[in-house]
Amino acid sequence: MIFFSQARQITTDYRSERRLFRLKQDRWVFWAVLAFALIVIPRIGTDYWFSAILVPFLVLGLAGLGLNILTGYAGQLSLGSAAFMAVGAFAAYNFQLRIPGISLLLSFFLGGIVTALFGVLIGLPSLRIKGFYLIVSTLAAQFFVPWMLTQYGWFSNYSASGVISAPKLEVFGQDFNTPSGRYLLTLSIVILLGFTAHRLIHSPLGRNWMAVRDMDTAAASIGIPILRTKLLAFAISSFYLGIAGALWAFAYLGTVEPDGFDLSRSFQILFIIIIGGLGSISGSFLGAAFIVLLPITLSLGSTALFGQGADQALLQNLQKIIFGSLIIFFLIKEPDGLARLWRHLRERLKLWPLRY
Amino acid sequence: MNFFIEVLVGGLLAGIMYSLVAIGFVLIYRASGVFNFAQGALVLFSALTFVSLVERGLPFWQAFAITAIVLFILAVLIERLVLRHLINRSVITLFMATLGLSYIIEGLAQTVWGTQVHGLELGISDEPIEFFGILISKLDLFSAVVAGLMVIVLSLLFSKTRFGLSLRAVADDPLAAQSIGIRLNHIWIIVWTVAGFVALVAGLLWGARLGVQFSLSLIVLKALPVLIIGGFTSISGAIVGGLIVGASEKLAEIYLGGIIGGGLENWFPYALAIIFLLIRPSGLFGEKTVARV
Repeated sequence: MIFFSQARQITTDYRSERRLFRLKQDRWVFWAVLAFALIVIPRIGTDYWFSAILVPFLVLGLAGLGLNILTGYAGQLSLGSAAFMAVGAFAAYNFQLRIPGISLLLSFFLGGIVTALFGVLIGLPSLRIKGFYLIVSTLAAQFFVPWMLTQYGWFSNYSASGVISAPKLEVFGQDFNTPSGRYLLTLSIVILLGFTAHRLIHSPLGRNWMAVRDMDTAAASIGIPILRTKLLAFAISSFYLGIAGALWAFAYLGTVEPDGFDLSRSFQILFIIIIGGLGSISGSFLGAAFIVLLPITLSLGSTALFGQGADQALLQNLQKIIFGSLIIFFLIKEPDGLARLWRHLRERLKLWPLRY
Repeated sequence: MNFFIEVLVGGLLAGIMYSLVAIGFVLIYRASGVFNFAQGALVLFSALTFVSLVERGLPFWQAFAITAIVLFILAVLIERLVLRHLINRSVITLFMATLGLSYIIEGLAQTVWGTQVHGLELGISDEPIEFFGILISKLDLFSAVVAGLMVIVLSLLFSKTRFGLSLRAVADDPLAAQSIGIRLNHIWIIVWTVAGFVALVAGLLWGARLGVQFSLSLIVLKALPVLIIGGFTSISGAIVGGLIVGASEKLAEIYLGGIIGGGLENWFPYALAIIFLLIRPSGLFGEKTVARV
């Protein structure tokens, strides 16, 4: 009963070496999970599961992946993820609004492109300014974007309240406006972008990112074009965050407003990658699952303990304390996050039931 | 012209308040190289503790002393539970740890003392007095004097005492400092206590104006551009940075806000900081670090 035996799985050419999962068992597990998520869950899931847990989990996971590209792989700290999400959401909304007949997916894509360009702009100081000084430009974005979106009515089509409802989710004539439809749409985009991210990270560009992350002076001296590498990290990371923002507004909330993209959202995404694991694709999603499920578990737990009357403000503060403690705990005990715990588990399964 | 000077002076004095928060940050950065995001949470925590004690009927100095003791205990806890385990880890890890710490401290302060807004009376009214035809708030002047005194005391502490010397040694090279017998743990506890104390002073002055409430912890977001402009390592840089940020953001709000729309106080200091950094990447008074492979 050795689940993850590697016996007789030898790579003989580059193609098999570069596969998504080198182990046969990994592939099986992966395809099984994917099939389960695509075929079984839409049939058995309840509306509550789709709209309160699965969709936010997927979108936050995608956002985490975006930030992980920038911070986990390319080593550039950013506190402005939510601003990029806002740019993506509003850009996608405006493409939908101003180009009649544009397909939803195209406006998402264009929204991502606009966010990528914005990301390059924010990343421009990164050649001259290093380390912590760089968080100033991402924070500038974080405060500037919501200000701009509320200040200038054009972005929200002069809606009086500043809150606008997202257009109907229709792709190729298919209506995705049901909870399970939103889930399937989000999931498909996440799978596509997840694959792309994996490919990118294992490409020469991905290796350049990691070289810059580990030490940019050394990377420069072996001939890696630093500015281009950093700016591409900003562009691609922002693209992901932009798509995540569009999905957050269109598929999760159903409204587009700047308020949901504040600094605490940026921190939330940063926490996702700390808890999930810096520099890991699966970690982004593990972290997102954790962050979505923790408040739900906490409120369920408090209802079970104290009944309905639990003090909401107290609960919020307790949640803050727990989040903070968990972050410190992970930084101290498991800097590579949940992704590392998962790898440990796999190592155990490799030999199970033997111990060594 | 008078109006311009009034705005300018008001901005400069408000900037001194930002400097107060920034100074606590510089202390911790200089002594341990930790980019301490929790300084704002410390301001909230200390001010809230003080006010709640006063509201329970304690006289000013007793409340002050008890708050100082609480801050010392907090510093010990932070050193024991967090910093000690993160020695020699990357600066980004340490920064994220202080982010977590700020969540804990904010949550803790509000769990213990509640979330309502507390009024705070320092015995100095916020009424304006006139100087050569220019109106200046009394409270602002008082804060400026306090900030000035604090800078003088801290600078003397850093440059003239043995303790200051060991602080600088730790900041330069923690490993070397340890090997010549400087106790890292003690240094950290003392520095975090002093930073907490600075946060208390900042919190009281801010709280006297705005009331003691959650928004105090957001002051860290004002202090960041101040630090970035002034440089992370310099106390006088924090003061100069604070003056620049305070004055320019008030002027921008009044003269620029009319053109591109008001409410730009949140992001303007950051835009300004980027411009400064593009010219001087390590801040006005920051130390230039040389990268070696």
